[in-house]
Amino acid sequence: MRDFVPDRFSDWFAARGWSIHPHQQEMLEKAGAPALLLVAPTGGGKTLAGFLPTLAELADGAREGLHTLYVSPLKALAADIRRNLRAPIEEMGLPIRVEDRTGDTAATQKRRQRADPPHILLTTPESLALLTSYEDAPRIFAGLERVIVDEVHALAESKRGDQLMLALARLSRLRPGLRRVGLSATVENPAAMGRILAKHPDPVEIVHADPGPAPDISMLQTAAAPPWAGGGGRHAIPEVLREVGRHRTTLIFHNTRAQAEIFFHHLWLANDEGLAIGIHHGSLSRESREKVEAAMVAGSLRAIVCTGSLDLGIDWGDVDLVIQVGAPKNVKRLVQRIGRANHRYNAPSKALLVPANRFEIVECKAALDAVREGTLDGDAPAHGPRDVLCQHILITACAGPFDADALYAEVTSAGAYAGLARDAFDACLDFCATGGYALRAYDRWQRLVRRPDGLWQLRDPRAAQTIRMNVGTIQDTDTLKVRLKNRAGGKPLGEVEEGFAATLTPGDTFLIGGRVVRYEGLRELTVEVTRRADREPKIATFMGTKFATSTRLTGRILDILAQETWPDLPGHTAEWLALQRRVSRMPGADRLLVESFPHDGRQHVCAYGFAGRNAQATLGLIMTQQMERLGLAPLGFVATDYATLVWGLEALPDARALFAPATLREGFERWLAGNAVMKRTFKASAVIAGLIERNTPRAGGRKSGRQQTFSSDILYDTLLKYDPDHLLMQITREEALRGLVDFGRIEEMLARVEGRIDHVALDRVTPLAAPLFLEPGRVPVEGEGRERMVAEAAERLMEAAGLPR
Amino acid sequence: MNGAGVSLEIAGAALTLLPGRALWWAAERLLVASDLHLGKSERIARRGGALVPPYESADTLGRLAALVRAHAPAHVVCLGDSFDDLRAAEALGPADRDELAGLMAGRRWTWVQGNHDPGPTALGGTCAPELRLGGIALRHAAEPGEAGPEISGHYHPKAGPHGVRRPAFVTDGRRLILPAFGTYTGGLDAADPAIARLMGPGARAILTGPTQAALPLSACRRTAGGPPRRAVRGAARGPA
Repeated sequence: MRDFVPDRFSDWFAARGWSIHPHQQEMLEKAGAPALLLVAPTGGGKTLAGFLPTLAELADGAREGLHTLYVSPLKALAADIRRNLRAPIEEMGLPIRVEDRTGDTAATQKRRQRADPPHILLTTPESLALLTSYEDAPRIFAGLERVIVDEVHALAESKRGDQLMLALARLSRLRPGLRRVGLSATVENPAAMGRILAKHPDPVEIVHADPGPAPDISMLQTAAAPPWAGGGGRHAIPEVLREVGRHRTTLIFHNTRAQAEIFFHHLWLANDEGLAIGIHHGSLSRESREKVEAAMVAGSLRAIVCTGSLDLGIDWGDVDLVIQVGAPKNVKRLVQRIGRANHRYNAPSKALLVPANRFEIVECKAALDAVREGTLDGDAPAHGPRDVLCQHILITACAGPFDADALYAEVTSAGAYAGLARDAFDACLDFCATGGYALRAYDRWQRLVRRPDGLWQLRDPRAAQTIRMNVGTIQDTDTLKVRLKNRAGGKPLGEVEEGFAATLTPGDTFLIGGRVVRYEGLRELTVEVTRRADREPKIATFMGTKFATSTRLTGRILDILAQETWPDLPGHTAEWLALQRRVSRMPGADRLLVESFPHDGRQHVCAYGFAGRNAQATLGLIMTQQMERLGLAPLGFVATDYATLVWGLEALPDARALFAPATLREGFERWLAGNAVMKRTFKASAVIAGLIERNTPRAGGRKSGRQQTFSSDILYDTLLKYDPDHLLMQITREEALRGLVDFGRIEEMLARVEGRIDHVALDRVTPLAAPLFLEPGRVPVEGEGRERMVAEAAERLMEAAGLPR
Repeated sequence: MNGAGVSLEIAGAALTLLPGRALWWAAERLLVASDLHLGKSERIARRGGALVPPYESADTLGRLAALVRAHAPAHVVCLGDSFDDLRAAEALGPADRDELAGLMAGRRWTWVQGNHDPGPTALGGTCAPELRLGGIALRHAAEPGEAGPEISGHYHPKAGPHGVRRPAFVTDGRRLILPAFGTYTGGLDAADPAIARLMGPGARAILTGPTQAALPLSACRRTAGGPPRRAVRGAARGPA
């Protein structure tokens, strides 16, 4: 056993009063495995476990060149790891050079790294993809022994992970003996995660760390009952402040950036004791985030209000409480967030849930039960998206001429692409080369050409520059920087969505970085603001992912609703549910409840599909389209994770006609053709696949989002009309069905319900439907109503301006 | 086509602003469309850019053909930037050439020169730097010094209330700027200083598409001063 741990290492552990964890030891023992996956809870010394074999192999100083590549989803994590490795390397006197390489690394440093790579290079999937695009990639990676993928559970669910695995496939071809190591948080199915990590069909060895004691987790009891709708959690501010006061450091997680901003604002208004509290989310400027991170590491903050930007990796030191505001939507993420509390191994993590509204009390209860019973949500299956493959083909072409057969073999050695058929691969290659259109228009202007010797290469080698500038799969939302006026060159406060900026008129106020600012104007695509807060703020609408409640959590929620009584729930919530059962019905797992009632001069239909936010929104779009055809004049709808509420001019006579599976599917097909979600999905895939270039050397920087939106919409419309089976249209459909459109969850719901539809017609709003009236994100329906709105608004403006029509 | 269009009188001429982004002058039996940008995808590909769907010329010509069928003009004027560049005109595919030849047959056809297509093509018709009809100047880009009535294109104006952005006509009763007709064309905010400085008092934008609402130009402004926007790629949706 001891043989695996060099003396120098055991001495170092001993000198620090540490003992090596069993899983760290096991990682050393199994260091020779071609693929090795470590599953460990946060704080289990995971990173060190990943690096120990590298340090041991490099200890004798006999090696030159790159030995280990470390890839993490966060730039900040790479820098953090570099600092953390410094201690063992310096204290043991190891002759090892460690450097990071991310989007923030200076160009001169990057050039030097290519000429003279360090022993350990810390990087991100995007920077790695870029490295493989250089002609000298074979030389850079010639001696590579190990690649460590950190937070592999987070990467595995995203296109960034798919891109990374394709890059690893390339590395394995350049360096056949390369060993892969994955570091993962607790996941439902480690074997499936291992298959994504390993070179297909290599086996993977899995090391499990001790999961540690069960977390101490409960619902925060508040004096004020949560509101009927909304997601702010403001009612809980006194209790949250009390808990912050009782703990050393508290992380307060929110599901969206906008909610984090509002909560932070009100937290400060009530912060009479002046506790040091910061805010951290992805729309804040890097400077602001770094300041908060530094204060956190220094231990000078008592709490941080944050979002998913703190979900991953970085060791925040002394966090002893995690508060989750709003239902967690997904049990796996909740468990990982809870893990942020108490990085001391073997001490239970402490967490409090704050339901933001009445319904979320039920959701939080369901999530608590799930955590206690240790059931997670299941893992997304590997799918190997083709837009990422198209980008990979272009990156490959940048590195030099390539053989299609060899590239196909390489691609299918990535787990997620193992099932990729040759004709599907060829279609992607054809798209990269000719555009892949039914009309062969570009024979002279192909992007890739086949040489007489059969190899493929770029027609114009200068194209490599543009391709490199567009590497990556992270979706840019169209955001504008926010700056204080009259501070040219001053640091930005953060970013807001362009769509939000377009709704502002000078004098409007909004929250950013916890401050209320006043909108002054747009200048060079920057939002200029001043610090004048004399009005109630509008709230910045950040894109931020809106997670849908997972299928499994939804099942638990339906189980709770099915109970006869609810002794475990607060009185006000139990009474609310009982009232619903009395005046209408309770939604169930095996039936679809549809209520219809008039309210405020409009007819309403509420469908309780419990299919998750995205699918319920899709359902809303299909319902309103069907209703328009039936002449019911729908005006708009709003969707939550559990229901869709539609309002319009006419009452719904019979819900069964609306929800017949054949009708829904037919409506779905028709609707798919022209909707905005499809266009957004198309745009994302078109950018990844290289049909739309975000960055071009000529244009001198990024196009404004508006221009890009227009061009991608028109490209979508054109393809739909003239080439509906084009590769990108196929990809768009596939993506939308799984992602934003989520029709899969509607199918799941239809299967569950099997045509058992309960239509309850009432004369007033029902208890369960009432909160939906307060829900933000109401979607107006395109159609006659919309055209009337345009005409009326224009007329009012003309009148106001004193102009004749 | 939806609706009959919006009537507008310039220098005594009764004009109709069509929902399909073109101008109909009934007395002259004249159809005017600006900024067709035919061959744009070919030009982007030729210059090493992305291979965008090569269907925009067919789509643009198809919509022009529908207008020609509906109005049977005696004279068609394309108001400049009809081709994305002169090489794109040469590279037009055979089907598009046939469509264009069919449209041109039996009527007068004038290609006004634009900044993208500053010379004649081999496609027939008359090529002219500008045109004067019934006392109205027809040219590609408005002349700031022009004192008389004028019809032009070039700026691709777009406008609409509440975040709606549709290709639009802009006029102050003396000058008229046409929206871009081409399928792959971008837009410039109608209130952009580049357009606004050409307009006198009482200027307004008239939207194209199913609802041809008119808006005061001042209300098209997104912000005080207005954000600078280049008229480049991207386009409006065609009429429904």
